[in-house]
This record gives sequence, structure tokens and C-alpha cells, in this order.
Amino acid sequence: MAQATAPGPARVRRSRRAILVGWSFILPNFLGFALFTLVPMAAAFALAFLDWDSYGTPEWVGLENFEQLIGDENFHVALRNTLYYAAGHIPLTLVAALALAIVLNRKLRGVNFFRTAAFFPYITSLVAVAAVWNMLFNPTAGPVNQVLEALGVAEPPRWTASTDWAMPAVIVTSVWRDMGYYMVLYLAGLQTIPREYYEAARVDGAGAWQRFWNITLPCLRPTTFFVLVMLTIQSFKVLDLIVVMTDGGPGRSTLVLAQLVYREGITEGRFGYSSAIALVLFVIVLTVTVAQFRLNERRNTP
Amino acid sequence: MTTLQDAPQTVAPPEPSPGARPGAGVARTVLAYAALGAATLLVLLPLVWMVSSALKRDNEVFAIPVEWIPREFRWSNFVEIWDRVPLLTYLGNSAFLSVTIAFLQVLTGSFAAYGFAKVRFPGRDALFLAYIATIAVPWQAYMVPQYIMMQRAELTNTFWSIILLQAFGAFGVFLMRQYYMSIPDDLCEAARIDGLSEYGIYRRIMLPLSKPALASLALLTFVSTWNDYMGPFIYLTSNELWTVQLGLRSFVGQYEAEYAMIMTGAVLSVLPILVIFLFGQRYFIRGIATSGLKG
Repeated sequence: MAQATAPGPARVRRSRRAILVGWSFILPNFLGFALFTLVPMAAAFALAFLDWDSYGTPEWVGLENFEQLIGDENFHVALRNTLYYAAGHIPLTLVAALALAIVLNRKLRGVNFFRTAAFFPYITSLVAVAAVWNMLFNPTAGPVNQVLEALGVAEPPRWTASTDWAMPAVIVTSVWRDMGYYMVLYLAGLQTIPREYYEAARVDGAGAWQRFWNITLPCLRPTTFFVLVMLTIQSFKVLDLIVVMTDGGPGRSTLVLAQLVYREGITEGRFGYSSAIALVLFVIVLTVTVAQFRLNERRNTP
Repeated sequence: MTTLQDAPQTVAPPEPSPGARPGAGVARTVLAYAALGAATLLVLLPLVWMVSSALKRDNEVFAIPVEWIPREFRWSNFVEIWDRVPLLTYLGNSAFLSVTIAFLQVLTGSFAAYGFAKVRFPGRDALFLAYIATIAVPWQAYMVPQYIMMQRAELTNTFWSIILLQAFGAFGVFLMRQYYMSIPDDLCEAARIDGLSEYGIYRRIMLPLSKPALASLALLTFVSTWNDYMGPFIYLTSNELWTVQLGLRSFVGQYEAEYAMIMTGAVLSVLPILVIFLFGQRYFIRGIATSGLKG
């Protein structure tokens, strides 16, 4: 810029003006953002090292909360369940979203209608979704078990009424709800693959399956990476679906980490201890995400 | 109907090769439509079941074998439910919160985004990085401190708690900034030379140009507020403040065996979202495609 060479005072005045103008735009949002997001975020960090419940006064205890965590059976169960949920939700949603995207990636009249329909579950409310799926999974007369019985399964699972099958039921429900969202991301990714690749492969006599493995999948790698990161974060912080569908039950069979944070912190008022759990949750999400980025980098540099 | 316009058109359609028989093309199209139809039906089946059950008697919902179409359509369910629960209050509360929060988010978000995208000042990029970084932190990790704050300020069990916590999200700033970055700087520069102030540029040039992005943000915020369960669940205890999600959840818990009525409530809670989605779906998809966020 030509003005950059202007002599001292005028330049200082101009840059001070720019700061004022810039901040005046940002401030209305920033006030709310700082007060209700940044401050609580910083506080969450500090709280994890305090002994504080809703009645007492806060007291610095160092790592005591974390030591307590190690021996807390609820924490073990919640951690295991969260990993279980992630292990089911991440791959199944990814595959379902990719499959949907490939089926819907066609030049046909009216294909947009189908895409819209496939996306819709993602914006239906979780309370409605949970109500519907809880009934679909009804152990005695629910449509899911009727279908299973018709297929010859003599004793179909009791789903949300059983400690072994409640988590699979939750996973199926969440895959159904989320796949439309990731399908949109995959559809966008599919558009970036040059058509010539497919034509060349066809000339070389590659079948549909070969084209999928050798062209579609490798070309979609950036999309898949992005989807994987998003899915991981989403899986580890799962909360509302669990609360409305099973509330952690039966027993503790679907209790997850975020729900334990809610119970300890907001229901029980144990602010310090719950923040320690929240910190663990955050560190897990961060570690997995960073690991994914590292892996992705290594694969991209041969 | 314009549907998923931005989800672009196509790649490598299985077009018949030049030498193929003409009949093969037709068969292929039919097959492709069958695959589309089957996939979509499978995805929508739970919702079909929801609507169908909403029009049955309670004892018909779990009929064996499954009745996909009710024997007799009980539209009266949709009349009765208004007497069973204060649904109108719930819908009103949900609408109030969703509109207020969407409005504030669009207003403050687009305003701040202009500062981040078009005004150059020291410290700007670091500040924006702080915004972005918070998007990656799960809300679940700091819900307890937020709750303590609201409790101390005696704002729990008021709409204020929900509005204050959700109206100033980083997401809106991020989405709008992405859009403003795509508007050439020359345009602002020309306006500056013409003597327009920064606020004038924002109001007269950026706002009109960014209508699609504003619509995306407004719709995404409206829907996520409407569907939000945990926020109202944590903060709103009085029945007269409940949103439709809380009302429906409590109905499910209280009248467990009234299957049909529960489904009627579920349909009514989803209906407003369906209408909004059908009118504004272009903006939804665009918002998701450009940001890839809000999950």
C-alpha cells in the first residue's frame, strides 16, 4: 500500500482508527463469545484441579480429582461405553454415508428429490428420533424384531431393554440420523473426481468394482479424512441422543463420558470432579484428532 | 422444486457405451431408479412408520404383522393432543427462542465477520484463530462452568440463559467470514474511495451481497435451536418455559403406553422443521458444504 510510507503521526492515527473500527465490528459478538464461551472454557480447565461442590468453597487440590477418577468405576464404564459407541458409530456412519452418496451420485431426473429425502433425518429432532426408534426396537412387537423373526431369528435381541443390546440400538439410531449429513460431504467430494479417470479405466477394461477401489476411494481420501475427523469428535462427545433414548440405561450399559460430566457436575453439583472428567474427554478428542492429522500427513508424503 | 442444488450434478454416470443395444439403456435407467427408490425408502422408513403410527389407535401401533398403512385414519389424534399437553405453549417457546437466537446470531455474526474479513488491524488474525479453536472444543467440556455462571447470575430457569449461551457462537462468525472472503476487496476499496464509511460498506454492500449466506446461517441456527434438547433440559425447569422437545420428552416418559399419541406429538414437533427445510433447503446444503461444520 502507498500509505504505508506515510510519516509517523498520521500513520499511527490511521492504524489506531483501524483498530477501533475493527473492534467495533467484532465487539458485539465478542462480548457474548468471551463471556459465555471463552471464560467457561478457561474455567473448565482450572476447575479440574479444584475440590469444589455446590455448597463448599473451592480449594486447590492438584491432581486429586484425577486420582479419584482412576478408581471410579462409573468412569471406567463410561469410558468403555464411549469407546464402544465410537467404534460402532464411526465406521458404520462412514460406510453408510459413502454408499448413499454413490447411489445418489447419478445424472437422473429427480435425483435431487432423493438426496433431499436422505438428508432429512439429520434435521429431525433427537427427541422424535429417539421416540420412533425406541418403538421400532420394541422387544416384543416392534417392527425391527418382526423383520428379524421373519428372517428366521428365533430369539431376536431385546434391544434397549437389554444391557447387551442397548448400545447397538443406540448406534443404529445414530448412524441412521447422521449418515445424510456426511453423504452431503461425500457428494461434494465425488464431484472433484475427473471423469476422464473413469473413461480411461473403462477403456482398459476395469470393472465397476475395480473402478471403485482404484479410482473412487483413493480420490475421495481428503473427504474421507475430513469425515473421519468430524465423526470422531462427534462420537466422543455424544450426549443428547443417549439422554433422550436410554438415559444411560439399562443399568449403566449406555452411560457415556459426557453424560457422566452432566450427572456429576449439574445433577450432583460436584463441579471440580466433573470438570476433571470433562478435561479427560477433551484430551481424548484432541489426541485422536491430532493422531489422525499426523497419519494423514504421513500417508500424503510418500 | 430446487433440491440440493449445490450438491453438484454428477460424475461418471454409467452411460451406455456407443455399441450397446438400445434396450440396455432403458433397463439401466429403470435399475438406477429402483436403486435410488430402494435406498431412499429404506432411509425414510422410520419416518413413514412415525407418520403411520400417529394416525392409529394405541393398540394398533404394534399390530403383528406391521401395518404400514392404518386401517382407519384417526385424524382425531391431531385434535386431541392439544388438550392433553400445552403444546401451543411449547411450540410458542420453541419458536421464540429459535427466532431470537437466529436473529442475534446473524446480526452479531455477520457484523463481526466483516471486521475479520475486510478491516485490517493488528491482532485480528490471532483473535480469529481463537474463535476457530473454540469450535473444535466440545461444548460438553465446559457446560458445567457455564451452568455455574448462570446459576450465580440467577438466570437459570429463564429464557435468558439459553439466549445468552447460544446467540454468540463462533460458528456464525466463521460461516459469514468464509463468505465475505469470497467477495473481492476491490469492491470495498471502490466504496471507500466514494466516501462510504466501513459501516456503510457493511450495510449497503456486504449485507445485500451476502443474502444467501445470511439465509444459511439463519436457517441452520433456527433448526439447531429448535432441535436442541440439552440446553433447555439443563436450564428450563418451569413447565410454562418448556420447549417442544422438553414437552415431547416428558410426554413420552409420562404416557409410555400411548404409542399413537406419542407419535402424533413427534410428527407435530418435526412438522415446522420440515416446512422450513423444504423452503430453504438450498441454503442448508450450502451452509454445510461451505463450512463442513455444525455437527
